Amino acid sequence: MDRIADIWGPRTPHTPGAAWPVRVDQHLEEGLTESDVDRWVQSACVLCSNGCACDVAVKDGRMVGVRGRAEDVVNRGRLGPKGLYGSWQWSDTDRLTRPLVRENGKLVETDWDTAMDLVVRRSKELLNEVGPLSHGFYTSGQLFLEEYYTLAVIGKAGLGTPHMDGNTRLCTATAAAALKETFGADGQPGTYTDIDVCDALFLFGHNMAETQTVLWSRVLDRLEGPDRPVLVAVDPRETKVAQHADVHLAPLPGTNQALMNGLVRELITRGWVDHEYVKAHTIGFAELKQTVEPYTPEHVAEVCRIDANDLRRAAELFGTKDRVVSTVLQGFYQSHQATAASCQVNNLHLLRGMIGSPGRGVLQMNGQPTAQNTRETGADGDLPGFRNWSNPQHIEQLARLWNVEPLTIPHWAPPTHAMQIWRYAEQGTIRFLWISGTNPAVSLPELSRVRAILRQENLFVVAQDGFRTETTELADVVLPAALWGEKHGTFTNATRTVHLSEQAVEPPGEARSDLDIFLDYARRMDFHDKDGDVLIKWKDAEGAFDAWRECSRGRPCDYSDLSYERLRGGSGIPWGTERLYGDHRFPTDPDYCEDYGHDLLTGATTTPEQYRAKQPGGRAFLKAAEYVPGPEQPSAEYPFVCTTGRTVYHFHTRTKTGRSRRLRDAAPEPWVEVSAEDAAELGVAQGDVVRVESERGAVEVSVRIGRCRQGVVFLPFHYGYWDTDSDEHDRAANELTATRWDPVSKQPVFKVSSVRITKREG
Amino acid sequence: MHLATYVGLLHSSLRTLADAFRAVGDGHGEEPDVKTTCQVLAGRIDGQVERLGPIVERYGEHRESEPERLRAAEFEAGFTGARSGGVGLVRDLQDLYALTSFTDITWTVVGQAAQGLRDQELLDTVTAGTQDTARQLAWLRTRIKEAAPQALIAAHG
Repeated sequence: MDRIADIWGPRTPHTPGAAWPVRVDQHLEEGLTESDVDRWVQSACVLCSNGCACDVAVKDGRMVGVRGRAEDVVNRGRLGPKGLYGSWQWSDTDRLTRPLVRENGKLVETDWDTAMDLVVRRSKELLNEVGPLSHGFYTSGQLFLEEYYTLAVIGKAGLGTPHMDGNTRLCTATAAAALKETFGADGQPGTYTDIDVCDALFLFGHNMAETQTVLWSRVLDRLEGPDRPVLVAVDPRETKVAQHADVHLAPLPGTNQALMNGLVRELITRGWVDHEYVKAHTIGFAELKQTVEPYTPEHVAEVCRIDANDLRRAAELFGTKDRVVSTVLQGFYQSHQATAASCQVNNLHLLRGMIGSPGRGVLQMNGQPTAQNTRETGADGDLPGFRNWSNPQHIEQLARLWNVEPLTIPHWAPPTHAMQIWRYAEQGTIRFLWISGTNPAVSLPELSRVRAILRQENLFVVAQDGFRTETTELADVVLPAALWGEKHGTFTNATRTVHLSEQAVEPPGEARSDLDIFLDYARRMDFHDKDGDVLIKWKDAEGAFDAWRECSRGRPCDYSDLSYERLRGGSGIPWGTERLYGDHRFPTDPDYCEDYGHDLLTGATTTPEQYRAKQPGGRAFLKAAEYVPGPEQPSAEYPFVCTTGRTVYHFHTRTKTGRSRRLRDAAPEPWVEVSAEDAAELGVAQGDVVRVESERGAVEVSVRIGRCRQGVVFLPFHYGYWDTDSDEHDRAANELTATRWDPVSKQPVFKVSSVRITKREG
Repeated sequence: MHLATYVGLLHSSLRTLADAFRAVGDGHGEEPDVKTTCQVLAGRIDGQVERLGPIVERYGEHRESEPERLRAAEFEAGFTGARSGGVGLVRDLQDLYALTSFTDITWTVVGQAAQGLRDQELLDTVTAGTQDTARQLAWLRTRIKEAAPQALIAAHG
């Protein structure tokens, strides 16, 4: 078995609606066989958002292999290349094993007491001097639920700062925002089994073949089985998905909203709307109809530079197939008008009543394995349990639960989003920034700016990670964290399926779980509730999970009937029902909903009074917005549109996958993809080194010809500098990207930058 | 009939408002959301000015200098002077809020006249304009509320 060459593995086709067949994938360290394994420990893969269940092989106290769990609903035994070759291979490489503190400009090893004393002293100084608004927390989509919830309570009830977010802002914020705008609360409506039975599948800005390989295997088993569903791909590149598609729409980056308005208009004008459903279960049809009216196929074709007949054909497939599933990902989420375009996908489904039954559903995907949990627990820009920051009753509930005054919990505005947290740090009003499990010095846009912020004298930076990274090198204190397999916890995949991940081995050296680090900080900070008892009453992962069960009780993401006991053995279990909204009642009631919504064009919030006046009463919102051209258009100086994205062999900034020999060898260096026409015009050939440059920075990478439409180039975003010798900053795609975000989800616009390309001489 | 006076007032207040949104957007380029949203909103105000064309033709207009006076008073340093820092941003957005409110009530007055005149075209123009103004006010209020605590409490110097 070589999943580098054969990424998706052998096919297991099935008839529509039959259970997806089992296919168990396993990989053990070279020279070992199953009989050498001491024990197998239950977990799930954390190298994409799919959450494939697996067992970790342990021998002599080391992780030595991984095997898919046949009984699990998510993967039925399968694992992708990253899971097989990147799950544990990093575990005994160059890990962080002791805390580091900066002395005379250099990071030096120290003990936990010294490091934590430093953190706590600075934290207390700033609380006295400025107050909680001096503190910001920037976490991940990689920690476990228990760690996020603990962090959320520290931030919201211990310190009382609104400045908490995760790198989930970069990957999944728009999924959450679009679900809130349309349905009133976050929560994935559909389920993967919908793919097993659908007869049309629409992938909107979702290169599933590379981002969720096991899910794409599931799709391939339908595409190569009996009663093949039709496939429609929306992507400016000729991806594997696009190659399999019956209709491939390749809009110019930055024009998704025009395309979506065109599709919705076709549905309406061609009579493919279930008007009874729309009347009974939605609000806003008249305004939607009016908004999309100008988007004729010809007009859309001109804006998006596509063929009007392809648009008509795609709309017809959506409008006439009986069971349609849509998935949405970064092509929409990291683009201009991200939330508006993603809401239009929800609208397509609502217009046909195409939701809540087998094969009829929407999957607003996640990018990271535990992104869903930051959204649920409020470690990102949300409140725990999908509670509504502008509903005083929801704040009361949290205050009662934590036994603090409601005014302690910041709720005068939405929790501060990541891009604004970094701006406050830049302005010097956030002066304590705690980064956990993420590498913003490679993953945020406009890296020269990010590095400058991290270097600011007046900013105290704590970085918590398993390895030294581009970010830890700029921190004041570095805390060594235990990683996957070295700690207990749970996490929830893109379809709400919760998995337990048990500790397989001891962390290296003095590394501690993120949970233990947060609990230690809380203890040292002496956080109390209003009766003088300790604020955080749990001491381990299971205790944190039980506290979270209480916090989530009665909310849409209700975990109260889940327990470690139930999650041990068998399959992962979704919260809620397998598929949401089977009763076509949506969580839009004003007392229950997570958000009162926004104007999609500007991000202006709807007031509670305005929201109540709409009397949603369990109906979903058909939100609409006109298309507006993006703020950065190609020019004579910067004639190409640059998009960034993933390659199948790496995850994020390669902290794990870059330490796996097979994955590193499969994709060792960054590159730029250029269309054959553009390459000819530029006079460059495959392998030539070129300089790709925007107003903000440049990279020097080799050329790969093909896959892009003319005028569009692609850069993978995984590559940074930890494994290079040079001091140049010429590898990371985010040297080029702009500090700019969607008005509603606040997700950065990674997909649309104007660049020029020049051949490097000599 | 004094409608022409109010058509003129509306016309000049919209132009002033579009300029002011652009000035604030340009002056706060380091707040990318402010810059982009101000540009989008200014573009929409330009559209309102355009739609006012037939109304101006029908009723004429007397130009008044109130909005310019208001703007000059609010933007102390004139057209170029966006204020700096977190508090500066809040103050500039607050000035926009005042200018937008002026436009808002001007639309209301013209709308009342349109009803009295039973002029459907004018009523439609007013309805669209009022909706746009509501959007501007809602965004300004949202952004000011977000920015105020940090600017007023955590900023130093």
